Amino acid sequence: MAAIEILGLEKTYKIGFWRKRPKHALYPLQLTVEDGEIFGFLGPNGAGKTTTLKLLMGLVYPTAGSARILGREWTDPSVKAQIGFLPEQPYFYDYLTAHELLEYYGQLSGVPAKQRKQRVEQVLHQVGLRDVQGLQLRKFSKGMLQRVGIGQAILHDPKLVFLDEPMSGLDPMGRREVRDLMEELKHQGKTVFFSTHILSDAEALCDRVAIIHKGELRGVGRVEDLTSTIQGKVEIIWQGTQVPAAIKAMVAECHVSGDRVRVIVEENQQDMVIDILRRERQRLVAVIPVRTSLEAYFVEKLRRAETTAGSTI
Amino acid sequence: MKHRKKISLIAGACLVLSLVASSIVLHRTDQLRPQATLDEVLFLNSPKVIKRASLGFDGLVACIYWTRAVQYFGSRFRYAEPNYSLLAPLLEITTQLDPHLVVAYDFGSTFLASKQYGAGEPERAIELVNYGIHNNPDNWRLYYDLGFVYYMELKDYKSAADAFERGSRVPNAHPFVKILAAQMAQHAGEYQTARMLWSATFQTTHDKQIKQSAFEHLRALRVDEDVTHLQDGVTHFGERTGRLPASMAELLAAMGLDRVPVDPDGNPYKLTPEGRVEVRVPDDFAFATKGLPPGYKPPPKAHAQF
Amino acid sequence: MRARIAHIASNTFREAVRDRVLYNLIAFVLLLSGAAVLVGQISIEIEKLVVINLGLTAVSLFGVVIAIFIGIGLVSKEIEKRTLYTVLSRPVRRWEFIIGKFFGLAGTLVVNTFLMAIGVFGALFYVSHKFVRADALILVALYFIILEFIIICSLSLLFSSFSSPLLSAVFAFSLFVIGSFAEDLRNFAGMAHGMSRWLATGAAYVVPNLSAFNIISSIAHEQPVAGQLVLQNTLYALFYASMALSGAVLIFERRDLK
Repeated sequence: MAAIEILGLEKTYKIGFWRKRPKHALYPLQLTVEDGEIFGFLGPNGAGKTTTLKLLMGLVYPTAGSARILGREWTDPSVKAQIGFLPEQPYFYDYLTAHELLEYYGQLSGVPAKQRKQRVEQVLHQVGLRDVQGLQLRKFSKGMLQRVGIGQAILHDPKLVFLDEPMSGLDPMGRREVRDLMEELKHQGKTVFFSTHILSDAEALCDRVAIIHKGELRGVGRVEDLTSTIQGKVEIIWQGTQVPAAIKAMVAECHVSGDRVRVIVEENQQDMVIDILRRERQRLVAVIPVRTSLEAYFVEKLRRAETTAGSTI
Repeated sequence: MKHRKKISLIAGACLVLSLVASSIVLHRTDQLRPQATLDEVLFLNSPKVIKRASLGFDGLVACIYWTRAVQYFGSRFRYAEPNYSLLAPLLEITTQLDPHLVVAYDFGSTFLASKQYGAGEPERAIELVNYGIHNNPDNWRLYYDLGFVYYMELKDYKSAADAFERGSRVPNAHPFVKILAAQMAQHAGEYQTARMLWSATFQTTHDKQIKQSAFEHLRALRVDEDVTHLQDGVTHFGERTGRLPASMAELLAAMGLDRVPVDPDGNPYKLTPEGRVEVRVPDDFAFATKGLPPGYKPPPKAHAQF
Repeated sequence: MRARIAHIASNTFREAVRDRVLYNLIAFVLLLSGAAVLVGQISIEIEKLVVINLGLTAVSLFGVVIAIFIGIGLVSKEIEKRTLYTVLSRPVRRWEFIIGKFFGLAGTLVVNTFLMAIGVFGALFYVSHKFVRADALILVALYFIILEFIIICSLSLLFSSFSSPLLSAVFAFSLFVIGSFAEDLRNFAGMAHGMSRWLATGAAYVVPNLSAFNIISSIAHEQPVAGQLVLQNTLYALFYASMALSGAVLIFERRDLK
């Protein structure tokens, strides 16, 4: 069973005071997220990621379309008990402590009192805030707030977790921790749907991704599939201090640092370069196939979208 | 979506129902305390305090108190024994807040002063109008009001004459003020004078209640004059013949009138066996002092026409 | 459902307390005790009158200010700070949120009033050195003041559900002032004609009619209060509050939370 089925959700705002011009925040979206996967929802700022999430949460009402979450209508109140949500740059009642906040949210989620206490302790430990649980949230750093946010999202042990830009504003340590947490959620059999514009995170974590740009879906698929559709390159490293002229002519990129030289060539030029190196008696260190990054795929898709948009105007 | 529609429907229905319910309750609460607001209002009895409390918005608060005074007076007509004790303070507060609200002085001179159909406090009315004159010395109307009170309620013809005299000297005074001043000297106490006063009021006032009052008074004066005239005829008849006239027709013949005199409504006067001249429908002439059956008391509703 | 409303209400109460709202009690106590002492020294037979009038008026005014200033932010602040998102992603209905907030605010005011009442009775004892039966009327006056608060809270919440805090404050305060003069508005309406009469009468019934709730002067003069009035006022407050809250729910339910 699919965890999320988005069936043509659309959102158009009317902006302007007198003559209301329509602003398409989200064109009709068709998307499915499978049970138990980590799904990345990628796109630049203002692409419609947050709008999609808000539509699914019922914070904003769609102009058209519907969705099913965990097999039920997305507006069904019983769905809410099974999902957790971390909004972008969250802010919480700053007069509460972390412990009180989780208690409160637990009450609202209907976690029975007996379980609640235990669960709050557990979650605080899981997100690494046990030591500061008595501190008022107004004193929390951004990273700590993010962790509280994740905590409230998983407190009631939901099957499906929605995270909007969970790594934003975090230092590398924080990001690593969040990544580990998300892996753990997957391990527990939960489905994670998160949006981000940081592609390296998506690449590392996701099973599948979708790319959205200016309110429209531009591509969906498994990460490996998307990145392998573009022809690969090869990275060749040898010991030396300069690049032989023959190679320089062929190569797009080359780097020299210390006594290592590194060049990147097309896959089909690989053998030729190795022959040249052997002739020049250079010592080969490594030959590594470079998979095109998600970033390249991303940029490619966006650029294509721009040109098609340009041509239609 | 369905859920949202359901909630919207319920909330909408609840809104309308509560509005209706609250209005009904409000209406009933009003009936519970018709006096209440004004009694509370008047616990803030001192005009000075109210002035300070108005935070400078004297004009507006004066308007509010003026409206209250009018409502207060108008609503009390329903009562058999009306009590207008709060009228004087209300008018005083109004004029303290806005000393130039001339209509308040007019109102006071008519309804505050009169014992017959008002609060019956002529001295306070005089104080009120004098305050008005002090603040509006060039308003001829106020002198007129003053003279009115002196004449009608206190029968102090000298002071009335004095007031009219002063008023006539104000630039742009209505010409009749001067005439009234002269009238005082010779014809004080006569119907003619009273008629002049009420006519003057009727013609020059803008306030509906005062105008109506003047109108009723003029009608009553007509009745008084007619009845006096006829009653004198009865007396003369008695002196001449030693008996009462047997019928109105006989009386008329003796007085040399060929037509039956009628009251302002067109109903002919009648002559009782006891020799009294009376109007046919006393209820229509509440302010008349003559021509009413003995022991007659005007019903409260008579005043409700205002 | 009820549990969620109760939780939201108690959290709202907690927020108000931690926002140091109850510090207003300090100002109140200072004001009242200062007045009581001052008046006790002048002693011209109206000390009791002054204490009751001043005390109850202060309770009323302080409370209205709190009701408005906390009330206007109840919803709009949550939207602005986005604390609302994580609440509504839970099985909390939007209308439960509104009702919960209302009870939280009303509860704060009841507690505040209760504490102030102790202060009033304390000051009263200081100037009179004893209590008489008529002093029980003060409780009735306080009850009416609380009913007034309920009306104002519901209005603040209504405005908060769609308007910015500043505008909400202006609206709520204006309605409070107009509501105090609502009877005059009805009188004005009664004297108007045609279309303006209908509009004015309609307005006069839609604005909160607060005059019937202010019995401070009359109980200071120990005038009794009709039981019927207590009933009518209670009903009016309940109906009016439910009207304003229905409006708030209606608006909030249909809003996009951008």
